[in-house]
Amino acid sequence: MELEAILSLFSQEFFYSTIRMATPIVMAAIGEVIMERAGILNLGIESMMMFGAFFGVVGAATFGNAWMGMLTGVVAGALAGALFGFIVITLRANQSVTGTAFNIIGYGLTTFLARVLWGIRSEPLKVSQFQDIPLPFLSDIPFLGYVLFDHDPTVYIAYIVVIVSTIFLFRTIWGLRIRAIGEHPRAAETIGINVFRYRYVAALIAGGLAAFGGAMLSLAQLDMFVDRMSGGRGFFALAAVILGRWHPVGVALGCLLFGAGNAIQMRVQAFGLKIAPDLLIAFPFVLTLLVVIVFRSTANPKALAKPYEKEATLE
Amino acid sequence: MPSAVRMENITKRFPGVLDNDHVTVDIARGEIHALLGENGAGKTTLMNILYGLYHPDAGNIFVNDRPVTISSPLDAISKGVGMIHQHFMLIPVFTVAENIALGEEMQGNPFVDLELTRKRILDLSKATGLHIDPDARVEQLSVGDQQRVEIIKALLRGVNVLIMDEPTSVLTPQEADELFVVLRKLAEEGKTIIFITHKLREVMAISDRITILRGGKVVNTVNTREVDRDSLANMMVGRKIFLNFDRKALNVGNQVLELKNVSALNDRGLPALKEVSLAMRAGEILGVAGVDGNGQSELADVIMGLRPVTHGDIIVKGRSVVHKDASYVIKQGISAIPFSRHEEGLVLTFSVKDNLILKEFYNPPFSDKGLLDFKVIQDNAQRMIKEYDIRTTGPDAKVGNMSGGNQQKVVLAREISRKPDILIACQPTHGLDIGATEYVRQQLLNQRDSGISVMLISTELEEILSLSDRIIVMYEGQIMGEVPAEQADLQEIGKMMLGVRLEAAKV
Repeated sequence: MELEAILSLFSQEFFYSTIRMATPIVMAAIGEVIMERAGILNLGIESMMMFGAFFGVVGAATFGNAWMGMLTGVVAGALAGALFGFIVITLRANQSVTGTAFNIIGYGLTTFLARVLWGIRSEPLKVSQFQDIPLPFLSDIPFLGYVLFDHDPTVYIAYIVVIVSTIFLFRTIWGLRIRAIGEHPRAAETIGINVFRYRYVAALIAGGLAAFGGAMLSLAQLDMFVDRMSGGRGFFALAAVILGRWHPVGVALGCLLFGAGNAIQMRVQAFGLKIAPDLLIAFPFVLTLLVVIVFRSTANPKALAKPYEKEATLE
Repeated sequence: MPSAVRMENITKRFPGVLDNDHVTVDIARGEIHALLGENGAGKTTLMNILYGLYHPDAGNIFVNDRPVTISSPLDAISKGVGMIHQHFMLIPVFTVAENIALGEEMQGNPFVDLELTRKRILDLSKATGLHIDPDARVEQLSVGDQQRVEIIKALLRGVNVLIMDEPTSVLTPQEADELFVVLRKLAEEGKTIIFITHKLREVMAISDRITILRGGKVVNTVNTREVDRDSLANMMVGRKIFLNFDRKALNVGNQVLELKNVSALNDRGLPALKEVSLAMRAGEILGVAGVDGNGQSELADVIMGLRPVTHGDIIVKGRSVVHKDASYVIKQGISAIPFSRHEEGLVLTFSVKDNLILKEFYNPPFSDKGLLDFKVIQDNAQRMIKEYDIRTTGPDAKVGNMSGGNQQKVVLAREISRKPDILIACQPTHGLDIGATEYVRQQLLNQRDSGISVMLISTELEEILSLSDRIIVMYEGQIMGEVPAEQADLQEIGKMMLGVRLEAAKV
């Protein structure tokens, strides 16, 4: 490939699509940050994105409105989060196994329900979609204006969620308590913090945010539901949490890297190079693997993935 | 003196044990009251009841002469009763101020006001002499400072009765003395301190009154001024005990173990041992003193072949064992009582007989051509149980169900019966009652007398002083100095434990 061609890979359009690719993962990953900070490992994030994508379309079809679709999807995701919470918090099931089961169910159930509701058709059901709204003034900034501020509203919501979640985790008492629970739940309990309640709240938030990310795929990037459309983004989100060291801003930056990987892959395909497309599709995943290996971290919450027993016997 | 807390006829039964049997104690306001007893005497159970962690089967509790029921720790704190456990309830990655803020009420403002918390901490520091940097991360504080944070946390929550469970077990003598000064001051200001311990020296040093518990019952409550150590010890154990051992004269043989400028990293990849050199001879006990976490566990690890050495050499009986694995080292005749009998010393879900052969199961007579000989293993266990006085239902009993003392006897039996040349004993009496402690210590002395070279790593100075022939003190992975045991000075060793080199500590 010639130098000029390589450089043209990194055009304004490239950065624009990086943002577009990254923001759904950002939403899911921020939810995961909050959940892991509370000490729960949610491997089922992919399934919650699928529920968001599917029920988002169901809602949008029912109410004829993308916003109502989004709301339906988020509620469905939060309910899935609550169910996940019940299984791993109250019943203390193994979190990895539960998450994996959720993912299998998430793909299967949404595909099944889509057939039941809409049948097998040549054209998928189209629903109303979020439209791009360039932000006044901001979108006029040279180069960056288009890249950052010429998107649909869900992308702007993702920006806000990054900021709000940072403040929530590091400035509010709720955030302080959630972080304490993820580090040393017994200590939190002894000063009167209800470990179970905070973990449930974290599970609800995480489920809702993951579903939001999923619904962005079906309602903003497309206007329909496609089988297995989350395509592994939930796992990107998990990797981004590690890469970003459990901090929303770091995690968002990690998601940008994956978004960029995806954007590169698509653009290289568009160039018509003689590389098998399957290899190119694998690129962001390989990138993820490398990044996670290189940026190994021990900054994880110390009680992560450990079920908490309220009635544990004392010495 | 008005009563701060009165517990009347408290009875608490756990499956198989009567932990508290009609226990009555009366704690006066503003006093330092020691609860003295062996492990299993019921003192911690009693205080866990007062703190709302357990609920009594029978009996009444009065706080400030008013009858109360205490349903939870939160409930206890709201009634002015706080407890500081042996394991601190702090979030290691949080700062001091964040840890304190965590327990504060929200009061309508969802944002954390660390400035206000910081001010409250500093105000309290000024008033009580509990000095602490509010912005320090807890995991970077010494254990003594972490304890201060716990005390501050309790006081800022309005606690008037402070229960302290074995508070000095993790402190240096100096830190313990500082703690005593603080407790004294708190008592003068009208706070009531309940001090759980099994150490006689501390009881004599700090308490106003002492309640002695044995086997779940109150033996007596006495004024500290009117008793001496011997009578307390007798009340505590119920028989005559020997606080000092008869030691045979030192009779050292050849050098069996030598470390030459050994360096190693800890689990986090930071230097934990820095150029450590030492030598051990047959027939002596080398005591390794120091505050927990100053390289002692890494020292034991490198000798046992469990941790790579980054620099230096380890020589066992003239042969270098550096870069060899644990099984090689074991075959060279080194035995060890590891720091944690639960994690390293025993397989808790295994039976006594299986635990007894963990290091020799592949050798005759326990195995033959790759098959275990169950009869030999059974007989071996039977013999060990008798020889080492292991109280258990038999060779097939699960080790996990046994008391700490008996578990340690299983470890001891296994390690000593191998007839090692070198025995590395790490905190060998940690968590044991006086009877078992006495037994283990006597065994170590017997090993020394029979010509084995014993390294005793312990944070209990009393233990080091009463058993060792020579004492070295570790601080941040280095040896601060070495003193012969008969010339050891407690102050001097205490200073070395805080990082002062021997030459400087002498002045």
